[in-house]
Amino acid sequence: MGVAAAAPAIHTVDLTKRFGGTVALTGLSMTVPRGEIFGFLGPNGAGKTTSVKLLLGLLKPTSGEAWLLGEPIGDLGTRRRIGYLPELFRYQGWLDAREVLALHCELAPLSRSTWKAEIAAALDTVGLTDRADDRVSTFSKGMQQRLGLAAALVGKPELVFLDEPTSALDPVGRHDVREIIRGLSDRGTAVFLNSHLLSEVEQVCDRVAVVDHGRVIASGTMDELLSGTAVKVRVSGLDDSARTRLAAFGPLDDEGEHLTFTKLDIERVPELVSTIVALGGRVYEVSPRHQTLEDRFLQLLHEEES
Amino acid sequence: MPPVFVFARLTVQESSRRRLLLALVILTLLVVGFSAWGFNKITTVTRSDGTLLPHDQVSLITSQLLIVITFMYSGVLALSAAVVAGPLISSEVESGLLLSMLARPVRRSEVVIGKWLGLAILVTIYAAGSALLELTAVNWATGYEPPHPVELVLYVAAEGLALLSLGLVLSTRLSGITGGVIALVAWLMAWIAGVVGDIGTGLQNSALQNVGTISHLLLPTDGLWRGAVYAMEPDVILAALRAAGTAGRANPFSAVDPPPTAFLAWVVVWFGLMLTLSIWSFRTREI
Repeated sequence: MGVAAAAPAIHTVDLTKRFGGTVALTGLSMTVPRGEIFGFLGPNGAGKTTSVKLLLGLLKPTSGEAWLLGEPIGDLGTRRRIGYLPELFRYQGWLDAREVLALHCELAPLSRSTWKAEIAAALDTVGLTDRADDRVSTFSKGMQQRLGLAAALVGKPELVFLDEPTSALDPVGRHDVREIIRGLSDRGTAVFLNSHLLSEVEQVCDRVAVVDHGRVIASGTMDELLSGTAVKVRVSGLDDSARTRLAAFGPLDDEGEHLTFTKLDIERVPELVSTIVALGGRVYEVSPRHQTLEDRFLQLLHEEES
Repeated sequence: MPPVFVFARLTVQESSRRRLLLALVILTLLVVGFSAWGFNKITTVTRSDGTLLPHDQVSLITSQLLIVITFMYSGVLALSAAVVAGPLISSEVESGLLLSMLARPVRRSEVVIGKWLGLAILVTIYAAGSALLELTAVNWATGYEPPHPVELVLYVAAEGLALLSLGLVLSTRLSGITGGVIALVAWLMAWIAGVVGDIGTGLQNSALQNVGTISHLLLPTDGLWRGAVYAMEPDVILAALRAAGTAGRANPFSAVDPPPTAFLAWVVVWFGLMLTLSIWSFRTREI
């Protein structure tokens, strides 16, 4: 007990990774407290998986430092207290589900007397109890992802990394995973959730960081990030130059007939409508709403590009 | 169980569950059956006067045929070791299979040593088992047994282990197919270089002899094969080869002397180097 016990689940300082001339991650500094569900968002290739692999010691940082549960990354002892579901999940097809989990209990390593209960609990949590004795090679991708989640849960880890944990799951499976994540947080486990499924992150995460081109471009609690209003307008009759002039109303997600102004003060809606009409457009519907994470995400990426 | 033994057990278990072992056992039993039948035929061959071949002559023919059959076994073992070792690590890195296991408190050296150990156990069991079956069949069919059967098994197993070790090094960096092909080509080239060295010995040409010596140092498979051949040569053949002088040494299926102790010591060092290189290569690989 002491410093390590009180330390945050994850703490990084200027973590940077380059592959030759390519910058995969630059200057990542963040702190994830114990028991928090932390969402790590970003488009494909933004550096999310690289960050997870750096934290797990699968990649070596080019510069910077990081600590997991108070210990420097790469520390073998700390890995006993960590669970990991990789984005590229694959398990031994020639073993059955119970044997895969026994293998992870053995490598964790857990006391053999606890294996049976740990395996049964993990299988039950992910809904694979009735397939426990089937070969993994007979599993669908979704079932293999559930198995991967079960493997990440054995040993009651204090920190769990989930890299795109619902990429192969149907809506029911996604709902189940959200419940599992909330359950982990309730028992004090910190969850680092890597995802580009924004609605999923919005529903479960306490805090998020948005990463793009290897750089964190925003971070904070949901309330801090989603403070603005988005306005969706259904229009016709606007040509490209008119649409360009609407950029004065902030970041715009242009989907043809539907324009979404991802951050627009509600007081500016009448001005927006009159401008559209003045530009020759016809307005059929105006619907202001609270900004969603997707609105904010697109806004951030738009700002980043410009 | 320490992680090294967990990975060794997994490797053996995988070969068993994927029916690699079963396929090898069935093929070996077929070869043993056919060769026993063939060897038995030697004892029924008659000379021009209608009499059976004398026992000494049957033994001589059997000993030379056994060398050829053992060459086939050592080839199967070497090919299998190269094909299995080639993708041993690379395929699990590429598929993502190793990712969740490497996030456990496991050293990469433990993964490398464990996998090598698992395959080494399989290679040794196959070499010993197939040799036991084949030699028993030969003995039953002709009454012949080679002069040094234990050394024979050790040399053949060591040849398989050498290919396994080379395949493992390549597997830490290259794809399974690439590593397997390189290991196979290296094995064939080492054998051909050994033949070139033989020709050098026969012609007393030191440049050609050096080709053989250097190849034995780089990849000791051919040197180990010569050890296996020596373990099978009857004294009569050895005496005849020695009497033939350097010409008697110019043959990839004959060996006049056992491998020098210095070479055997080098083989031990070579295995150590290969494992060290594999560990270093995998440890420094970014996954």
